[in-house]
Amino acid sequence: MKKFFRSMAVAGVALAAGLSPALAAEISGAGASFPYPIYAKWADAYKAETGTGMNYQSIGSGGGIKQIKAKTVTFGASDAPLKGEDLAETGLVQFPMVMGGIVPVVNLDGIKPGEMVLDGPTLAKIFMGDVKSWNAPEIQKLNPNMKLPDQAIAIVHRSDGSGTTYNFAYYLAEVSPAWKDKVGVATSLQWPAGIGAKGNEGVAGNVANTKGAIGYVEYAYALQNGLTHANMINKAGKTVAPTADAFQAAAANADWKSKPGYGVILANQPGDASWPMTAATWILVYAKPQDPAATADALKFFSWAYDKGDKMADELHYVAMPDNVVADIKKTWAAEIKDASGKPVFTN
Amino acid sequence: MTNVAMRSSAAESAAPTQSAILNKLRGRDAIFHMLTRIAALGVLLTLGGVIVSLIFGAWPALSTFGFDFLFTASWNPVTEKFGALAPIYGTLVTAIIALVIAVPIGLMVAMFLTELCPMALRRPIGIAIELLAGIPSIIYGIWGLFVFAPFLQQTLQPFLISSFSSIPVLSTLFAGPPYGIGILTAGLILAIMVLPFITSISRDVFETVPPVLKEAAYGMGCTTWEVMRNIVLPYSRVGVVGGVMLSLGRALGETMAVTFVIGNAHRISGSILAPGTTISASIANEFTEAVDLMHSSSLVALGLILFVITFIVLAIARFLLMYVERQR
Repeated sequence: MKKFFRSMAVAGVALAAGLSPALAAEISGAGASFPYPIYAKWADAYKAETGTGMNYQSIGSGGGIKQIKAKTVTFGASDAPLKGEDLAETGLVQFPMVMGGIVPVVNLDGIKPGEMVLDGPTLAKIFMGDVKSWNAPEIQKLNPNMKLPDQAIAIVHRSDGSGTTYNFAYYLAEVSPAWKDKVGVATSLQWPAGIGAKGNEGVAGNVANTKGAIGYVEYAYALQNGLTHANMINKAGKTVAPTADAFQAAAANADWKSKPGYGVILANQPGDASWPMTAATWILVYAKPQDPAATADALKFFSWAYDKGDKMADELHYVAMPDNVVADIKKTWAAEIKDASGKPVFTN
Repeated sequence: MTNVAMRSSAAESAAPTQSAILNKLRGRDAIFHMLTRIAALGVLLTLGGVIVSLIFGAWPALSTFGFDFLFTASWNPVTEKFGALAPIYGTLVTAIIALVIAVPIGLMVAMFLTELCPMALRRPIGIAIELLAGIPSIIYGIWGLFVFAPFLQQTLQPFLISSFSSIPVLSTLFAGPPYGIGILTAGLILAIMVLPFITSISRDVFETVPPVLKEAAYGMGCTTWEVMRNIVLPYSRVGVVGGVMLSLGRALGETMAVTFVIGNAHRISGSILAPGTTISASIANEFTEAVDLMHSSSLVALGLILFVITFIVLAIARFLLMYVERQR
């Protein structure tokens, strides 16, 4: 019996020794659910290539910020950027990882994807409940050749707190003073009208089920569900369709250095080709991490994703960060993220 | 003489072993006592811990908004003005709709199963009802959103709107447009979800009615209805009330299925076809992204209110049962 226990103990120690390096190499992160599919895909490919895995809990941006502040994870992820003073106070470094587009989707008989055109002020009026019918003059003016039905507009919005809502509301507040005053910008809002549905899939489902409905979803969901998206008139006054090129144009035209931590919301960016509702998602890590090796592992993964992840992002209808922005981000890492001795934890 | 002495010495030698056995048994019993006590106290401690942490978490919101929190319908995360009236209203109204529909149907099914159903059908129907209880609530939610709500939007809701449009109070209660989802849809889904609880508990208590009572009533020429009304229901009312209260508890706390079909709007509307929200749906929707202290604290305060409502419901059920017992 004693012998048995001894051999078990030996086996246990051997097992622990064998496992512990593998556990240490696991990158841990938590936060936004919007980028979860692409992070998971990158993590799979990265593990196949390097043997280092990633454990990402898609618990929402709010949860991600709480977890990184509690230091239970190596990085946090958020769809809404932290403000400069928050970053300074918490000692976090923030950088954008990947982007996506938000599109208005409608359900009207006889109208195909991309046929309808809307602009920001009209979209704000619709979601405030001020424009109630599809044949209202505001909509007709933007679509002079379209026969619009005399049908009530059924508004569908997100019921759960969401970065998508944050970016959508940010855009409407940019273009409509009334929206800024009465509704404002946050991850969940006091909506003046309409019904709330849970998640992108809930909004997509409700719009698909309800005649006369309008909603807003991530571009990928509009494609997957075969929904009818509307084109938008951007800041330059040009009509644009939601494409990867239009999202990338918005990112390229943005002045990323104007806000601390690259916290630029890509709504309503200048440029003829820019899609007005482009959204980035951010990563948060500590400038002086408790475990520099773990943070170095995480940065190595992010660096790999910037360099080699573009095609995978494209497949899932995300948009990779432009190269010039990535170069800046890598400089920021070298300059700001340091271990106790003041050496950068990761350099490319 | 020698015989007696031998016997007594045998008894003396046997005595210590006997007391040892008894001691051992007593010791085991003490351990058993302790284990059960720890288990019971553990439940009490957990409950106390939940209450304390709820109050602790809700304190920032409660101290800021005070009693206004209970009576304000505004829920604005941007300006950080929070009030619980809309979720409280939605929680109570959906639960009431669910019970109004599920209690009569559930009792009728139980009566049919115990009194009228042919033997061959009893097991299949009984099993089907128990299976209904085993379906996860997310399935009800998805089914509600993709199948049930569009069906209601095209059939029941236009019918209700048009047929009550000229009757004063009912026209507000059933005011359109038919969204498909809303308070009524949530109530109907909840009714389906609590039906198995009411049915299987009622069936079990109906079966405890002594056959001799029913046979005597039938012998006197009572109809089946009269036997149910005057013998079975009065005999089993304590159990039936218990089943109804259990279902009410489930209806008040149900989260996932309701979130899918209620429309999640923090508004109080006169119409039960309009979208609304419940306490648990609001928490499930917003907790993940509630970064501000006041927002998350208000959500915890909602949880505390749900706790209090459930407690009140249980207390009322106890009082009802005590009252019924005393009437006997």
